[in-house]
Amino acid sequence: MKYLIIIPAILGMLLVGCATLDKLTEAGTGLAAATGVINADQAQSINKSVSAVGKVFESITPEQEYYIGRTVAATILSKNKPYDSRAMTAYLNTLGQYLSLFSDRPETFGGYHFLVMDSPDINAFAAPGGFILVSRGMLRCCKTEEALAGVLAHEIGHVELNHGLQAIDKSRLTAAATILGTEAAKNLGGKDLAELTKTFENSISDITSTVMNSGYARKFEFQADKAAVTILTRAGYSPNGLVSMLQQMEKNLKPGGHDFAKTHPAPQDRIAELTKLITTPHPADTAARQARFDDTMRGL
Amino acid sequence: MRTKRLLLTVAGVGLSTVMAWAATATLMSVQIRKADIRDTPSFMGKILTSVSYGDKVTIQSENGAWFQVNTPGQSGWMHSSALTKKNIVMKSGAGAQTSASSGEMALAGKGFNSDVESQFKANHKDIDFTWVDKMEKIKIPPPEIKAFAQAGHLDAQGCVK
Repeated sequence: MKYLIIIPAILGMLLVGCATLDKLTEAGTGLAAATGVINADQAQSINKSVSAVGKVFESITPEQEYYIGRTVAATILSKNKPYDSRAMTAYLNTLGQYLSLFSDRPETFGGYHFLVMDSPDINAFAAPGGFILVSRGMLRCCKTEEALAGVLAHEIGHVELNHGLQAIDKSRLTAAATILGTEAAKNLGGKDLAELTKTFENSISDITSTVMNSGYARKFEFQADKAAVTILTRAGYSPNGLVSMLQQMEKNLKPGGHDFAKTHPAPQDRIAELTKLITTPHPADTAARQARFDDTMRGL
Repeated sequence: MRTKRLLLTVAGVGLSTVMAWAATATLMSVQIRKADIRDTPSFMGKILTSVSYGDKVTIQSENGAWFQVNTPGQSGWMHSSALTKKNIVMKSGAGAQTSASSGEMALAGKGFNSDVESQFKANHKDIDFTWVDKMEKIKIPPPEIKAFAQAGHLDAQGCVK
């Protein structure tokens, strides 16, 4: 009977947030050890491994996030050819890097960078650390610079909130901690490097399968939309641009498609949440922005 | 008796002032590859100097998300997202191994790094990093970003003015 109560209690503690994890686990294992369910050595072992999970997730440094992001972006680009247009890439990066300055996390290890993918599907991906990829199909949902700013701000929001890293199965991080715990030096030996690379491969796979196939949890998408509203407002863009993009997306999406139709909440659901957040009026003076937007998008 | 109490109070106030000063003089590490120190708390501020990953700065004051920092020979402003309270150590050693378990230290280059990426590339020859490398080189200079905002009549708040 004691097992039925105490073991689930410990497992429950394994699922709570990092901040309180160590203390809660110590309390839980202490209780289990005191009541004889587990012995002192087992309790210590559980404490150590839980502590490793908590610390290792926090300890994905911006440097490691950068290496994860590079490989996630390269993996996505291996399935989606880049759209090689110097003018488009320059415009997208000027707009995107401008917007990134207004996020709560303007500085990442290698900075924010943007690229168009040559695909008619409606897609946009934010790889950790700030590698942001937007498809031609997504650009076609944008009729104004405001709308495109909305798309980029949403993706910056995913980076700012570490949504990509959170898609990594926690067991990978425990495995990495185990390997790294044996060796503090920079240069791992052949076997350890091979094991760490396997963990890295699995982590990349967790992120790419989430962003390309299953999609983030709905709450992450709404959080990224909320972050986008903040970024857009600070940057002088109307967040209504994001709403108009979603209205156009609703018309362009093909039911059953392997793009935003599959990975994101329905546009009308996002619009409903967004309209609760938007209070700023649409800026009147948009002519100059529209001219440069139309100029860049011509021929897309 | 009253004098003694007064002296104790004065000493207490003095001690808390010293402690408050000590608390504000926080040492932080640069957690990104390269960061700029500017003359104002704004991304459009003049760049006075640059600091690199693992460099240490002393925090003098705060202004929103910006820190006024001191480095040897230079004082200026940095965005807080470029900094961490963790002590980033560039080289490993016996001391590093001990402190690493405290959670207050991060060893640069440990974990997922260029060696792991190279191994990944060797295992996945079908995944091409050419465009990722090209992407990374695209860095729009601050004056161009400012011109973009001005030409677009963007009424931005705060940090780029």
